[in-house]
Amino acid sequence: MIIQALAFFMFAIITVVSGIMVISSRNPVHSVLFLILAFFNVAGLFILQGAEFIAMILVIVYVGAVAVLFLFVVMMLDIDYKKLRSGVMKNASLGVLVGIILVVELGMAIGGYKILPDSLIVSDIAVKTPDNITNTAALGNVIYTHYFYLFQGAGMILLLAMVGAITLALRKRPGVKKQNIPNQVMRSAKDEIKMVKVKIGEGI
Amino acid sequence: MFEIGLAHYLSLASILFTLGLFGIFLNRKNIIVLLMSIELMLLAVNINMVSFSVYLENLVGQVFALFVLTVAAAEAAIGLAILVVYYRNRASIEVEDIHMMKG
Repeated sequence: MIIQALAFFMFAIITVVSGIMVISSRNPVHSVLFLILAFFNVAGLFILQGAEFIAMILVIVYVGAVAVLFLFVVMMLDIDYKKLRSGVMKNASLGVLVGIILVVELGMAIGGYKILPDSLIVSDIAVKTPDNITNTAALGNVIYTHYFYLFQGAGMILLLAMVGAITLALRKRPGVKKQNIPNQVMRSAKDEIKMVKVKIGEGI
Repeated sequence: MFEIGLAHYLSLASILFTLGLFGIFLNRKNIIVLLMSIELMLLAVNINMVSFSVYLENLVGQVFALFVLTVAAAEAAIGLAILVVYYRNRASIEVEDIHMMKG
């Protein structure tokens, strides 16, 4: 139990510190790297809770795809980040105010919650994790049965995002020399080669 | 103190959510860090969902955490694509410049 507590506090503290670094670091590349650290630690927390599948998906999707995408974009765009940092403190006081209000409200909500006994009764949709199968298998049993349409919808959202991102970022650049394979194949010797009788001593 | 319960995870999630919100206020000009703050907030939401799912022994929370993850990935892809197009047109990513866009 004490090892679990120590692991929780380690993951939680590293997560919060790296969250602070994400929003306060001067260099956006450092921000992305601290975001990756936060994702890894939250994945550790999920493993601690017994939600292994979500933890692995978090590492694969967030660290492997989203954070690397951020890293690419940060490094690709040539931007003067110092200029963007100017006036950071202008909104900080308002942010601190809103943040304190939000933390107090959330703390009150967490401090005063009570789980109704009715919500612990498992309905036919809310599937309790069986003891004899893994978290991944139990999740699969739920997703591919009760939540199948939502699962398909999630796939459509990803397809839409892919199509949208490609459409947005694709551009036709004029003046670029490209190989045109049909034109190359359609050429014939008749059109391209001319037989010329050359008079001796004159040239063409 | 050493009994880790639901309240610990919920406190962590609320701190992380507030950090994300504070990041939006702090980095008003840099839209990349703004998107990263939104990712932090979505991460906090996921912690909430998974914690309740584990403590109520109900898998639906984890299913919805998956969907949140999906939407977050789609949002990051589209947002960064828009950012790249915007940078191509204006050679800057200042949020303040966006009101110059017309049509």
